[in-house]
Amino acid sequence: MSFDIVQMVLVTVLTAATPLILAAIGELVAERAGVLNLGVEGMMVLGAAMGFAVATQTGSTLLGACGGVGAGLLLAALFGLLTVGLAANQVASGLALTILGLGLSGLVGAGYVGMKRDPAPHLHLPVLSDLPVVGPLLFGHDAFVYAAAFLVAGVWWFLWRSRAGLSLRAIGDDHTATHALGLKVRKVRFLAVLFGGACAGLAGAYLSLAYTPFWSPGMTAGRGWIALALVVFASWQPVRVAAGALLFGGATVLQLHAQAAGLGLPGQLLSAVPYLATILALVALSLGRRQGGSSAPAALGRVFAPSR
Amino acid sequence: MRTSIVTRMAGALLCATAALTPARAADKLKVGFVYVGPVADFGYSYQHDLSRKALAAALPDKVETVFLENVPEADSERSIEKLARSGAGLIFTTSFGFMEPTLKVAKKFPKVKFEHATGYKRAENVSTYSARFYEGRYVCGKIAGKMSKSGTVGYIASFPIPEVVSGINAFMLGAQSVNPNIKIKIVWVNTWFDPGKEAEAAKALLAQGADILTQHTDSAAPLQEAEKVGKFAFGQSSDQVRFAPKAQLTAIVDDWDGYVIAETKAVLDGTWKSHDTWGGLKDGLVVLAPFTNMPDDVKALAEETKKGIAEGRIHPFQGPVLKQDGSIAVKAGEHAPDPMILGMNWYVKGIDDKPPQ
Repeated sequence: MSFDIVQMVLVTVLTAATPLILAAIGELVAERAGVLNLGVEGMMVLGAAMGFAVATQTGSTLLGACGGVGAGLLLAALFGLLTVGLAANQVASGLALTILGLGLSGLVGAGYVGMKRDPAPHLHLPVLSDLPVVGPLLFGHDAFVYAAAFLVAGVWWFLWRSRAGLSLRAIGDDHTATHALGLKVRKVRFLAVLFGGACAGLAGAYLSLAYTPFWSPGMTAGRGWIALALVVFASWQPVRVAAGALLFGGATVLQLHAQAAGLGLPGQLLSAVPYLATILALVALSLGRRQGGSSAPAALGRVFAPSR
Repeated sequence: MRTSIVTRMAGALLCATAALTPARAADKLKVGFVYVGPVADFGYSYQHDLSRKALAAALPDKVETVFLENVPEADSERSIEKLARSGAGLIFTTSFGFMEPTLKVAKKFPKVKFEHATGYKRAENVSTYSARFYEGRYVCGKIAGKMSKSGTVGYIASFPIPEVVSGINAFMLGAQSVNPNIKIKIVWVNTWFDPGKEAEAAKALLAQGADILTQHTDSAAPLQEAEKVGKFAFGQSSDQVRFAPKAQLTAIVDDWDGYVIAETKAVLDGTWKSHDTWGGLKDGLVVLAPFTNMPDDVKALAEETKKGIAEGRIHPFQGPVLKQDGSIAVKAGEHAPDPMILGMNWYVKGIDDKPPQ
């Protein structure tokens, strides 16, 4: 492979990883607070539809992205109300949220099928963006890619360097004890769910505004589920989410390039690599648990109804 | 036939949405349509729904139309039966996976006529129909062979099934007929619809020097990638020129209008009989979108090829057709029989790749 192709592959790996990073980092925060939201796919696809609709109506990519975030927030608020407020089963509510999101997205997007708009603008800094390899890789992306990087750093700092983050992690590990200590378990969980929804909505907006700038029903094509798998794969660590997303995105992109280059690698096997890696990560996690050190939030998926 | 896990999951749990046109006269023939996807998919189901609208417009006094969209294949029997019970006299079930359910319901309702798309099992009151998309691909191949400057074309393929493999072969034979040295690069994406992945595949092919792209997947993403870098591509299922006004050369369009109207008329006349239709350019089931973004001589060649196929003078699999190892698949002077095309699992000579197992 020539120099140009290597550079191009690296850039496309980064763009393919961005929606996964965005959706997974939001879900990570929700899960760290102890809430398992399986509705990522639904929030993402509604974010894509709403983002495209708003951007087309207003002509502004920024407002479109805000629309996507808003759609994610809306669905997440509903999910939070059910699971945090009314202590409904998280798995069932999450699956329902996915289905609701897919249905609503079809409704919102119905009038926008077959339209196209220009992709979100890319950053271009004189000199810096023209540097070989480093330039396009670091200084030539759209705002979503930088938002993803910023979110990873921000979430890492929040969870491990701030008091609020410590509380959130504690709530995710033991809601009864933290409640007894006077922490506002349900408030924190609700906010964490909202954050997850906003990120998923942003990830969806990235798909319909930057990655492939048009709307089509079901265009997320399962990326929400991959984001969920990524959180487990990353053992609930923000930086590992980013690394995992690059691995997942990279495996997809690389196998396509390998096919195009006629390297004769079996495409199906390469597409399966990320999933194999997730299974291995799960095995490793399970082994770690046996030795006493699990990385999953201990109260993950368990409903909390405070005694009155 | 085309469905994804996502739509299937959504559909399995959501009730299929029904849109019923109010009946005005009881003696009208009620014609039902069952779609696997949303009518807004701007592809397969969308094209089928266009034929429903065309039917309603062509025979407004004689028929009323009804459709069910997003019907999951696993749950289709209930939906088809519902249509039959509601008094439909003719029902089009438009996805391959509806085959067995259609036959089951047909047995229970012997007076109702059924039309199943892309299947191969028939009954007294069940007809099947499909389109010879490979004819359109042969024309696209000729255009690509003429238009490619790099001598390399890129093909985004979905799943290694005969319909896709015969499409690749027809495209390649068309391209070879105008440029014997043409090279083809094939990328399998293992999906019918994933705009992101299709876009990545398009980028990979463009990076490997392909300057014309064609696809057997449903989104407009590859066209947009070609447009971005000033290369060319072909649309799929419906005319996608609005996505890429400078890149689309033509598109292979499914056009069921004529067939749907003719079959409905036959039911109205009482002349309907169970039969199998595999129509192409001649029957108007396969239509090519206007030839754009190409010089006049290429356009003339494309028109001529299209006309030749429609008139039966040109057959995409006209012998001699050689397999990759040089063995003869179709002898000179003959053309490939339909069963061979329907079961194709080998590449023609000149494709420097192996079909996936």
